[in-house]
Order: sequence, then structure tokens, then C-alpha cells
Amino acid sequence: MAKKLNIKEKYRLLTRDLDWEFSYQDRKKAFPYEEFEGIKITDWSKWEDPFRLTMDSYWKYQAEKEKKLYAIFDAFQQNNGHLNVSDPRYVNALKVFLTGVSPLEYQAYQGFAHVGRQFGGVGARVACQMQAIDELRHVQTQIHAMSHYNKYFDGLQEFSHMHDRVWYLSVPKSFFNDARAAGPFEFMIAIGFSFEYVLTNLLFVPFMSGAAHNGDMATVTFGFSAQSDEARHMTLGLEVIKFLLEQHEDNVPIVQKWIDKWFWRGTRLLTIVAMMMDYMLPNKVMSWKEAWEVYFEEAGGALFKDLARYGIRMPKYSDVIEKEKEHLSHQAWWTFYTHGHAAGFHTWIPTDEELDWLSEKYPDTFDKYYRPRWELAKELEAKGERFYTSGLPQLCQTCQIPMLFTEMDNPGEICYRDHVHEGERYHFCSDGCHDIFVDEPEKYVQAWLPVHQILQGNCGGPGVEEVLSEYYRMNLGVDNMDMKGSPDEKRWKQWKGVA
Amino acid sequence: MPVQAINDNYQGEVLDAKANFAGNVIIYFGWDEHLMFCAPKAFPLPPQMTFADVISQIMPEAFGQHPEFNEIDWSQAQWQLDRRPISPKPEQTLAELGADHKSCFRLRTPGLTGYKGMGI
Ligand SMILES: [Fe+2]
Ligand SMILES: [Fe+2]
Ligand SMILES: [Zn+2]
Repeated sequence: MAKKLNIKEKYRLLTRDLDWEFSYQDRKKAFPYEEFEGIKITDWSKWEDPFRLTMDSYWKYQAEKEKKLYAIFDAFQQNNGHLNVSDPRYVNALKVFLTGVSPLEYQAYQGFAHVGRQFGGVGARVACQMQAIDELRHVQTQIHAMSHYNKYFDGLQEFSHMHDRVWYLSVPKSFFNDARAAGPFEFMIAIGFSFEYVLTNLLFVPFMSGAAHNGDMATVTFGFSAQSDEARHMTLGLEVIKFLLEQHEDNVPIVQKWIDKWFWRGTRLLTIVAMMMDYMLPNKVMSWKEAWEVYFEEAGGALFKDLARYGIRMPKYSDVIEKEKEHLSHQAWWTFYTHGHAAGFHTWIPTDEELDWLSEKYPDTFDKYYRPRWELAKELEAKGERFYTSGLPQLCQTCQIPMLFTEMDNPGEICYRDHVHEGERYHFCSDGCHDIFVDEPEKYVQAWLPVHQILQGNCGGPGVEEVLSEYYRMNLGVDNMDMKGSPDEKRWKQWKGVA
Repeated sequence: MPVQAINDNYQGEVLDAKANFAGNVIIYFGWDEHLMFCAPKAFPLPPQMTFADVISQIMPEAFGQHPEFNEIDWSQAQWQLDRRPISPKPEQTLAELGADHKSCFRLRTPGLTGYKGMGI
């Protein structure tokens, strides 16, 4: 009988000796995506396998995690776990997560499955294939965790349909579409490195600790269950960038350009997380600004110091990004509050206590720029004229966010940028988004901008009400509008026996 | 390079081409120092619309919810079109003013600086 292989030997066999030699077929035809981005790989065998995991041990670990996770979901459901959340407002953060983030896990699965086929190096392929399966697991476990809330709260029932259509969800959707439509190496810098390695902490840590602080055991549990997968994803992201930079010096400027692009796109995407942290968590964890300082400025700063030896510098516009941490969440929540009629979740005026917390956390900006908006909103609400803005906003061609961001040297003024390409004018929220467009206009002229699609008549209508109810499938007066007076709020009061 | 694509001469379809808006053009309007409106707004308008009609029909729809809206003295209003200052006359059409598809107007109202003078 043959001697049993140890895990290292198994891994070597899995990732090396089982690969094909291309003796009679053209290798380039087998890996057609490998060269067009200009990346030069001289030796795939230099790929350091970051996480020597074989398929059989992978299945074993994952199966154990699933068993534990679903046992907790069962207990959560049997014990009516939804009644333990801090405040029904909290569930609106879950609605944003399920409609905006969980479908990205599915897109991550699709993206990694693609590059897991297209890389010429078998080590990279196996790592990407495992990540693809992880991402599929993430979307499934998130849906299962949220399914309990769907029985008791509005706005979760059409998450996947909404992700494909709703105006603000085109922001995360198009972010991933952009990455997946790029070549395999750019995809890895976009998602594997920029997103997973650097920015994912800003999504998951605040979100999972937010869940813990707000009594949401279902979300905490899937967060924990995903954590060991994320550790693997981060290692892969770091390996990819080091590998590309070490393979050929010509790769350095290409990688730098992708870093510049994807950090900018990533920070724009995280605007929604900033808003969730500062406004949607009834029990606060930390402010967005604090999270940004810990996870981006400190952790990311150290990383870029480390990458400097390859000739890589901090992402372009880091100076703008640093100033924006004082503003993002406030500008975003005001946008959703004033578009609360067109959102698939509830919005509200922060309580007096919350306004004071914001003043304390943002001493340089909140009272000066943002508190007056809430005073105006309160005045209007008291008059029975809760403010819902009329009309449709202008959007950024690149990030697809309404043009809500302001100039960082004059935060009271909207930041307008534009560019004419082949006779058509395009508008941008920032220099960052402008530069991304100008670098690849033929890609971004194709942006499916929700506002323009509505105005072209491609989203039903004729009125905004029909777009919302028929095309987006929002239950008007139920899923949308203010938290005050919502069916969510009424049911909560009944369950809790309060008037 | 206009795009990093696997095929040569790849061209994207312009999804918001003027031809897709049934004779209208998209025009954006922003009101400086009035961030009660989180972003400028988009309207599909006929290029022959006069500026007088923009003021009487589109401005109330765009900005009429603001407590200062009724105080605007339109003869004092300052305008920019695609980042150039302009002095529109009421009888001029959008086309005559040089506004084309996806042009952007910015409005400034001297003396009116938003809720409590805070730019809101
Ligand atoms: Fe994931
Ligand atoms: Fe991940
Ligand atoms: Zn943008």
C-alpha cells in the first residue's frame, strides 16, 4: 500500500504536477486573457501559495463551519431572535446590506470563478477557485441569515430584483461589473487586493461589531463564519500584488494605475458604509472617521510603506480621501433622507442624542455644515411637511452616485467635474471619477445610469411612482418613507407592548 | 488608449446618446449655497424651450420646496452654463444659449445663502 501523503505533498501534487503541458495545443489559446492587459509574467512557478489548502481539507473545514452556523440560525429563529435587536431602525442597515452587499458576494463568486479558469498558473487558479466557492457560500449564508428578518420586516423581499434595478444599488452593482469586465489581473488588484485586503475591514469589522452592539446574533454569526475565509482572501490579495510587482518592472506602473483607480472607486462605494455606521446603527460602535483612521490610514499606511520598495506609492487622491472622512456619512444620509420616498428602506432624523454624538465625533464639520440641515428637517416635519425632495438627481458617470460630494477646500459647494468625449458631455463627482473615465472612456460611456434610464422611458412609468412600485417592486408606503409611522415601527411597538 | 480590451478597436455603446431621449435633451440645474437639495437635478427638456419657461416652469419644480425660493429676484440671479458665466435673456431658447444635451446650469442668488445663511 502506498504511503499516505502529508498535506504539503498533496498540495504540491494538486497545484503542480497535475497541470497540463501544452505539447500540441497553443498555450496562448488556452489562456487568452493573460496578455492583453500588458502584465508580464515570466515564471508562474514563483507563485507562493499563500494558503496551502487542499480540496479535501477545504471541504472539511467549510462543512464544519456550516454545521455550526446553521445550528445558530435555527436557534435564532426558534427564539425569535429579531426581538432582541436594539431598535427596529437597526434592521434598515440589514436591508441596505442584503440589497447592496450580498449580491456583490455573488458577483465576487462569478469573478473569481472566471479568473480561476483564466490564469496560466495553477497555484493562482486553485486559490481563486476556492475563493469563488467561499463567495458563493457567503451570499447563501447571508440570505439565510436575513431570511428570518424578512418574515417580520419590510423591504427585504425583493433584494435580488432590486439590486439589478434600483437607482442607488447601481452603485455597488456597477462597481463589481467594472471589475469583472476588466482583465483577470485588474480584477485581482480591484477585488483581491484593494477590496479584500484593504477595504474589506472597513465593511466587515464595523458591520459585524455593529451587529453585535445592536443585538443581531444572526449577522454576527455569519460574520464570524466568513472571517476565516476572509483571512484567506486577504492573503491571496497580498500575494497577487507582490507576485505581479516581482515578476517584471513593467508591471509596476500598470499596477499603480489600478491601485489609484480601485482605491478611489472603493472609497466611493464605502460611502454607504460610512452612512450606516454614523446614522443607521442605533447603538454606535465608532464613527466612520475613527474607523477610517484605524483601518485605512494606519493599517493601509503601513502596507503602502511596505510596498514602497517596489516603487508603489499611496493611491492618488489620498489627500482628498483623508479630508472626506469628515463629510461622507453626513452627505450620504442627507441624500437618502431627502430621497426617502425612493429608498427601499426607512430613513429618519437622528435623535437629539445622536446629533450630539455626531457633534462630538465630528467637531470640525458637523455643527458647521450638517446640524443645520437636521434643524431644517425638524422644522419642516413639525409643520407636517416632512421633506422629500422633488425630481431626479444628476449622477456621476463613473461611480453612479448622485453628485452630492462637495469640494474639500470649500465643503459648502458641490464638486462639479465634466469632460467631453466624442461630442458627448459627461459629468463626475470628483477628480478621481473624472480620471477613471478619461483613461477608458469607451468603457464608461456604457454606464447604465438609473436617472437617464428612467428619463428614456426604459424603467416603466410614466411617473416616478410606477417606476418605484412596478419596475423596482417597492411596496410604496410600506418599504419606503420615514421610519416614523411605518408598518415596521407599528409592528415593533405591538411586539414590545408599547403604545 | 480609450479602453483596455481584448478585441482591437472596441467601442462602447453610448447609452445616453441624445437620440435616445425622443427629441429632448437632458439639462441639469444646481443651486449654489442651497444644499437642502443634496445634488443638482436632471430634466428632459425641448431645446426650443425659452429661458422664461425654464424660470416659470422648471425652477419651481426643481427648487420650489426651499423656504427661500419665493424670495428669489430672478433679475439678479447669476448663471453659469457648463462652467462659463452667462446672462440669459428670457426669450432665448436653451439651444440659443448654447445648452446642449447634458449641459449643466448653476444658479447663484446674491443675498440668498440658504437656510439661516448656512448654505443649506
Ligand atoms: Fe465574501
Ligand atoms: Fe472575501
Ligand atoms: Zn463619482
